[in-house]
Amino acid sequence: MTALLFLIPIALLLGGLGLAAFMWALQSGQFEDPDGAAERILIDDDLEDEEP
Amino acid sequence: MTNAADINTDALGCPSGLEPAARQSETGEALIDPAPFVRVDGPVAKLDLAVFGAKCAGCISKIESAMNSFSGMKQARLNLSTGRLSLAWTPGALEPRAIAEQLHSLGYRAAPFDPAQVEAAHDEDGRRLLRALAVAGFAMANIMLLSVSVWAGGAEMGEGARGLMHWASALIAIPAALYAGRPFFSSAWAALKVRKANMDVPISLAVFLALSISIYEFFAGGEHAYFDAAVMLLFFLLIGRYLDHRLRWRARAAARDLLALQSATARRFRADGGVETVAARDIAPGDQLLLSPGDAAPVDGVIVDGSAYCDVSLVTGESAPKELSDGDKVYSGVVNQSSRLVIEATATSDTSLIAELTRLIEKGEQSRSRYVRLADRAASLYVPVVHSLALATFCLWFFFLDGGVRLSLLNAVAVLIITCPCALGLAAPAVQVVATGRLFKEGVLVKSGDALERLAEADVFVFDKTGTLTLGKPVLVNADALPDGAVRDAASLARVSRHPLSRALVDHVGAGEASASAVETPGLGVEGFDGETRMRFGSAAWVGADGGDDDRMEAWFWREGSAPIRFSFDDRPREDAAQIIEALRGRGFAIELLSGDRESAVQSLAQTVGIDAWRSGLTPQEKIERLKALQGEGARVAMIGDGLNDAPSLAAAHVSLSPGGAAEISQAASDFVYLGDRLEPIATSIDVSRQARRRVLENFAFAAFYNACAVPLAVAGFVTPLIAALAMSGSSMVVTLNALRLSRRAAKSAK
Repeated sequence: MTALLFLIPIALLLGGLGLAAFMWALQSGQFEDPDGAAERILIDDDLEDEEP
Repeated sequence: MTNAADINTDALGCPSGLEPAARQSETGEALIDPAPFVRVDGPVAKLDLAVFGAKCAGCISKIESAMNSFSGMKQARLNLSTGRLSLAWTPGALEPRAIAEQLHSLGYRAAPFDPAQVEAAHDEDGRRLLRALAVAGFAMANIMLLSVSVWAGGAEMGEGARGLMHWASALIAIPAALYAGRPFFSSAWAALKVRKANMDVPISLAVFLALSISIYEFFAGGEHAYFDAAVMLLFFLLIGRYLDHRLRWRARAAARDLLALQSATARRFRADGGVETVAARDIAPGDQLLLSPGDAAPVDGVIVDGSAYCDVSLVTGESAPKELSDGDKVYSGVVNQSSRLVIEATATSDTSLIAELTRLIEKGEQSRSRYVRLADRAASLYVPVVHSLALATFCLWFFFLDGGVRLSLLNAVAVLIITCPCALGLAAPAVQVVATGRLFKEGVLVKSGDALERLAEADVFVFDKTGTLTLGKPVLVNADALPDGAVRDAASLARVSRHPLSRALVDHVGAGEASASAVETPGLGVEGFDGETRMRFGSAAWVGADGGDDDRMEAWFWREGSAPIRFSFDDRPREDAAQIIEALRGRGFAIELLSGDRESAVQSLAQTVGIDAWRSGLTPQEKIERLKALQGEGARVAMIGDGLNDAPSLAAAHVSLSPGGAAEISQAASDFVYLGDRLEPIATSIDVSRQARRRVLENFAFAAFYNACAVPLAVAGFVTPLIAALAMSGSSMVVTLNALRLSRRAAKSAK
């Protein structure tokens, strides 16, 4: 039974972490441009130095 | 540029080829100088532009690197989802006009956003709902974890362990419910203050009662706590609320983008003879304005210099281009198609025709906002019934079954919780999201959820002619009767001209050589030489012919030594116009044609497509009056139109549709915008709207049925927290799945 005393807080902590992560993502504009984020990964300008 | 080696950065517009580049139109798209729309904020100048035609990674990289190559540019970011380019630079470091020119030369069309509207674009309400949804979801998951163990533990679980579970649940549920329930509480409070009851009143009441009764039970050491029910209720309802908000938000964003396009600029002559760019709203009567080919007049005015063919179809519905010259009046929205004009403004942008139309539109929209949505109509029936039931339950237990205050209250709360309109709250938004998604795939943009409900109710269809039933531009109609040589020669002359009929001829013939010797005389036509032989293509009088006997648009070709040949042009009905009219009639609609064009043109089109009821030569006010008359007879009118002159009637109709090529103001005023050259999306929209209506009604019926089963249980006192939780999530799931059926139909019919 005493296991519950630390298991419940752990469950809450993990859930809270997820909630906090979502709030951060919302606040920092991660959902502002979903189409752009999907396309931007195709832009190779960070490879400039490696080209022959 | 060494990046993105496989992307053809030289190409105009989107390098993927998915989207045609913007620069290609022959009149040249009018370039809007964004200078009046720059906001200077301390050490940075900011500008937001709506960019059209950007579709892929290549576009992002092309546009952003071009913008960053300006010296002084601090930040350039293109949002691909909204098509908005946000720029920030050091004030004075660069000319805003250079930005527009650069975008233009890359092949993208761009329009500046009015600074006042940039701020309004921030979706704070949506954020708040999403945060509430996240909190409710978190709380629900954790409380369920605890509740399930209480339910599963049953008799095995000791008093102490259960107390611990309830204690933890309360700790999570109370703050979470108070936070996540705020959208409902504030709306319910606002409704109660004006002595009305909306759907949010029973919701708030159920949440509050469930929480307080659970707290009471917890301290009294009772077995049942409804913490999970309170939070789950909020979670499901917030999903419905958020979906609904998204729909409305996207509709408003679409309307705002259109408004941004109207934040037009004009070129005004300064006192010293130079030309400056100003925002249309800064024009005063008496200003001299330059109107280049491709420009639309920003305000009403009078021509003081030059003459040109102008497209007035958006203003009056007339399909034939009009030649306007010195002293003629030009209404805002008239597009100059051929040569340079100087006009003197006679009105400001607030008193111009466009502004007048905007006021009529607003009036129409006000009357439409009185429409009561299906869900609200259901709620107004539902709320009193539910509350009297709960009250009756309390009385029943308290007075007749001697249940005591505690048990009676518990059962009354159970009634409120179990009847809480979870399914009702989800029933309409879920269906409408699926239906708009399906229509979007078919090329129809739906601007609000209740537009679907209104279209499903419509019984009369009113069409505009020019640009709606017809293509809205002249097409050569007597090609078969013309000798090949003459068509070829006439086309070689026509290629040097911007006159709409010349362009119609060139469109018909296709690419080819322009005559090197051709010279255009405005108002008459084009003259050129084939060797030593003189050739002319132009008006009847100029080539020495008598005008034709029908009133089609005409141009004459004359070759020295032979008789003039008549080329006739007409506006052609859209390919599937007759078919769609027939299909609409088959679905039981009455159909009418209201046009601002001349009688003969309207009559012949009405015959071609098979419409018996038509009226011609109508002004925008007369169109509205006709709609009012129809509505007075009890008809629910669906209006389809594209011109500026249709915009007020689009707003006044019960529901309205406009094609993608319509005037921006008309698109903003209508509920549906369909893309493509065909009318078929109209029929599709009707079918999907009707299906959606059926699904919503099914969902309501289900919710009613479910309540009919659950309420007796609750009144009898059999509803434990476990049963409440199961019933609530079960009914929400059924409603959502029923909504999803709508998209499965689409997949099947597509195959």
